[in-house]
Amino acid sequence: MIAFWILAPLMVVCALGMVVSRKAVHSALMLAVVMVSLAILYAAQDAPFLFAVQIIVYTGAVLMLFLFVLMLVGVDASDSLVETLRGQRLLAIAVGLLFAIVLVAGLAQVTVGAVVGLDEANIDGNVPGVARLLFSNYVFAFEVTSALLITAAVGAMVLAHRERLSAKPTQRDMALQRMRDYADRGVHPGPLPGPGTFARHNSVDTPALLPDGTPSELSISRVMRARGTVRDVEADRAAIARVDDETNVLRGGGDR
Amino acid sequence: MSPTPFLVLSALLFSIGTLGVLVRRNAIVVFMCVELMLNASNLAFVTFARQHGNLDGQIAAFFVMVVAAAEVVVGLAIIMTIFRTRRSASVDDASLLKY
Repeated sequence: MIAFWILAPLMVVCALGMVVSRKAVHSALMLAVVMVSLAILYAAQDAPFLFAVQIIVYTGAVLMLFLFVLMLVGVDASDSLVETLRGQRLLAIAVGLLFAIVLVAGLAQVTVGAVVGLDEANIDGNVPGVARLLFSNYVFAFEVTSALLITAAVGAMVLAHRERLSAKPTQRDMALQRMRDYADRGVHPGPLPGPGTFARHNSVDTPALLPDGTPSELSISRVMRARGTVRDVEADRAAIARVDDETNVLRGGGDR
Repeated sequence: MSPTPFLVLSALLFSIGTLGVLVRRNAIVVFMCVELMLNASNLAFVTFARQHGNLDGQIAAFFVMVVAAAEVVVGLAIIMTIFRTRRSASVDDASLLKY
């Protein structure tokens, strides 16, 4: 049972880290550690089927879903520190600690009999044993589960569905709108300029250069400008000029 | 190995989950803490299955996993819907649901 004594402190630390960490993504990753460790504990307790299900369903599907929603909601959506109820946080910590103490103390008092072990129940494998129970004693619960899963799928679809309030603009509408903007406000009707191509950088953070050498603001995504990750054209130009100079010197030296 | 360490670990994880639900405001983190509590109870189920020498505990843990998967789908969809209308995933902001 070395695995238990290695994993148990790790799990408790990660679970605490999940509660404490400011960023929700860190919480999700800590939860992943806890769930994988739990899967290993299942395997150590003669439950290979649950080991696989834990990894596939929890770490695979559920955590992926969490991360998906985190990405949709915005990774930086951190907690507000404003207390709506005064002293709620302190009280909650006190109650949580008290709960843990009561639970652990209560469990420590309990005397459990000798461990029977699953050797007999798993005699023709854990998966056949689980299947035999699932499809005999628990078959009704198993069937009800299917209704639950269908309801959940339909519910998710209904909740995620967004009613369209206006007709979707067709390509023709958009073209007409562009020409109207050109007529009214002189907005350029053609496509926006693409990001620039330098000798060394053709990435989207490099602005296109206008004929007079100034970078075109239109060629850079608004998001990148807001984040301040746009490449400095002047620095690039200085570097290229330096390289050109050195090449000229070398070339001049070769001629001589 | 005696089941008591497993049960104590399960109790600790459950309490940490409870603490998280009470303390955190981000709905998604609260939801993760609920998942942690479900997992902790699963550990107790599996431990008791080994203790008693039959597989009913493992079946119970399996059903908990199925229900948790369905719950996560619907819960996250609700969080998404609330986020879409209020631009916030904080549980405090959804308090206006009562009006």
